[in-house]
Amino acid sequence: MISVAQGSDQPIIVWDWIGRNLGNILDRTIEHLVLTAIAIVVGTLLSVILTLLALRWRRSYGPITWVTGLLYTIPSLALFTFLVPITGLSVLTAEIGLVSYTLLILVRNMVTGIDEVPQEVVDAAKGMGYTRRGRFWKIEVPLALPVIINGIRLATVTVIGLVTVTSLIGLGGLGFFILRGLQTFSSPIGTTQIFVGTALSIALAVTADLSLVALEKVATPWRPRGTP
Amino acid sequence: MIDGFLGEVIDWFTDPANWTGIDGIPNRLWEHIQMSALAMMIAAAIAVPVAVYLAHRRIGGSFVVAVVNIGRAIPSFAVVAVALPITIRMGLGLGFWPTLLALLFLAVPPLFSHAHAGVVGIDAALVDAAVGMGMTDSQVIRRVEVPLALPVLMDGGRIAAVQVVATATLGALVAWGGLGRYIIDGFATQNLPEVFAGGLLVALLAIATEGVFSLADWVIRTRQHRIVTHSHKVDV
Amino acid sequence: MSATPMIQLKSVQKRYPGADADAVAHLDLTIDEGEIVVLVGPSGCGKTTTLRMINRLAEPTSGSIVVAGRAIDSMPPHELRRTIGYVIQQIGLFPHRSIAQNIATVPALLGWDKHRTDARVIELADLVDIDRSMLARYPSELSGGQRQRVGVARALAADPPVLLMDEPFGAVDPIVRERLQRELLSLQQRLQKTIVLVTHDIDEAILVGDRVAILNTGGILEQYATPAEILTSPANSFVAGFLGSDRGIKRLSLLTIETHMIEDGPVVFHDTPTSEASDVMDRHALDWAIVVAEGRIEGSVSKSGLNGDTIAQSRMEVLDSVIERSATLKDALDVIISTNGRCAAVTEGGRYVGVITTAGISQRISQ
Repeated sequence: MISVAQGSDQPIIVWDWIGRNLGNILDRTIEHLVLTAIAIVVGTLLSVILTLLALRWRRSYGPITWVTGLLYTIPSLALFTFLVPITGLSVLTAEIGLVSYTLLILVRNMVTGIDEVPQEVVDAAKGMGYTRRGRFWKIEVPLALPVIINGIRLATVTVIGLVTVTSLIGLGGLGFFILRGLQTFSSPIGTTQIFVGTALSIALAVTADLSLVALEKVATPWRPRGTP
Repeated sequence: MIDGFLGEVIDWFTDPANWTGIDGIPNRLWEHIQMSALAMMIAAAIAVPVAVYLAHRRIGGSFVVAVVNIGRAIPSFAVVAVALPITIRMGLGLGFWPTLLALLFLAVPPLFSHAHAGVVGIDAALVDAAVGMGMTDSQVIRRVEVPLALPVLMDGGRIAAVQVVATATLGALVAWGGLGRYIIDGFATQNLPEVFAGGLLVALLAIATEGVFSLADWVIRTRQHRIVTHSHKVDV
Repeated sequence: MSATPMIQLKSVQKRYPGADADAVAHLDLTIDEGEIVVLVGPSGCGKTTTLRMINRLAEPTSGSIVVAGRAIDSMPPHELRRTIGYVIQQIGLFPHRSIAQNIATVPALLGWDKHRTDARVIELADLVDIDRSMLARYPSELSGGQRQRVGVARALAADPPVLLMDEPFGAVDPIVRERLQRELLSLQQRLQKTIVLVTHDIDEAILVGDRVAILNTGGILEQYATPAEILTSPANSFVAGFLGSDRGIKRLSLLTIETHMIEDGPVVFHDTPTSEASDVMDRHALDWAIVVAEGRIEGSVSKSGLNGDTIAQSRMEVLDSVIERSATLKDALDVIISTNGRCAAVTEGGRYVGVITTAGISQRISQ
């Protein structure tokens, strides 16, 4: 129930509350990270399988893009509502929804990454005597890595945002505070909670983004610096 | 069990009470579409002219990238939540205003970045030719840059629109209406068939929105006989 | 050079599915050990396809190919390819691997141990004139010419008897290209590999090839002979047309300056009296003379530049019509034509040995 607020002379952020609830905040942050991590790991694994399929049988790429695109377009909240009757208000429901969301981004980036490996490099590798498998894992994948990691980066930031929506099905990570805050927005504690949930979510997203940018640099020491 | 549940959902859809009044499907659907369209139009009116102008003058490239990156890091749920205290303190209250504010905030970055990228990505030779033929700045923008940037812009519109329709669902959390009402109210009253029905309606609307924009995009592309070289990378 | 066949193409045909003509039509070709054979022809003549069939990057529709006594389909393709060096136009260096790692690719595939591989990499870097400090760098840090050399080193790493080269020098500018062509020839003198090289440039074919196979559209072999034979007796009008109307001049690029072609030139020394210098010029029907000091060319002096008692007091200019003893007649003619039009001074190891004249060159051609 949302009550109408009047007080504008009350503080927006109650630092005291934050101090008292550090334990909760930490718990929720961990929940947030765990939910994200599971989604990204599972999403990446699934996407690898789908990508290998799409590369093997080019015709399957169209339908794969279509299905993952559909899952992407369906708003996350709606997706959760479809799953709740089947899997309840659980981590599974949240994860199925979150993973579905990552598939389009990850598959598209993985396939594009492999496709964009210069043709002459693949030709040279073939001509020198690499087997198909050797060529794929030793030449094409490492060279596709920048694009792939970029996709993981995009997916991770997106998922961190979506985890907040899972608060509506009983989880939420830092979204828990945002939801609570909305429900008690008339009080300063309400606004404090909104602030905490929002600020920390953004902080997580930015940290993840920067970490993955750093990872990309480490994984590709051969890239000429100064190119995007 | 599923059978029974789907049956309940169908019952909900076939219940005439759910088709009438404020809480009826037509009204909620209309509310949702109206709000989304309004947000899109205002966002476009704000973002596109500025972006096109900046792109025409070839400035603001890194700003655009920064805007997009920051926009991505802020969860849409948080945007809606933060909008509420803001509109309260502005005296605008609940419901309509925080929802609109949040949707504007979400729609502007993709529209802005795509409009900018669309103009920047136009083959410089075309613009050069236009200027060389004697077109003024504004003529170049109106007759060359905007038409040629349209496909990329529509891409941005599609992304923004789907995002807006999806987030408008969360407007129900700040006392607004729209299709999100069914989901939120349904959860509150443990009426799971209603929740499901709400989700279904939202999903269908989002898909339809994507469809409309894809169609518009297709129409624009097939009508453009000009060969345009673009080197943009479009966000999903 | 023994005439042992190294690569034999027997009635090799390639037709792509859905095509109404052969890309390569029943080609018979034998490439001997230690020779450089160049496949040359217009676009669509199947030269690249033919090359790629040798290492099974393209599979023949019919016919057989035998390399070093073994039919190429008697082993898995990747095994075959590890015994054949492959160099392509865009080189295809692996961007994510260092130069050393690139060169070591086939040895690594063959399972060589680290010591052997490292030693081989250094050996090859020296061979193709790549500075050892470059070995740890990445391809993106090298120039076009350097990358080309690394590509060749990489192909030679496992010491394959056969080297396939597909337009290897096409992607660099003409100056670098000429240098790379000559480097290939000197490399071949040391290594004696069997090389099949594809090019669309007839001049390259003539310069580099021991034998040249001229292919026509659809893989028809029009002529297969040494460059000299092709230039003097083209098999048909297609070959003659492909060689170009400057066929005669092209022949000159195959001939070098022979000893009997070197004549006495208009030579003066620092202490030569100006009157005598003038006589020397007259004797050679020229209005200039070559100033030689300690056996080396110092410059030239023209009749109008004569001054004072001796050459030392006269005005000396730079002599631009100089050619090395080892140059081709084409280069010699080029120098003569672009300077004075009569003759050029010939040097050997920096020392003046005589002159070569246009008359001398045309006499040689008419033989």
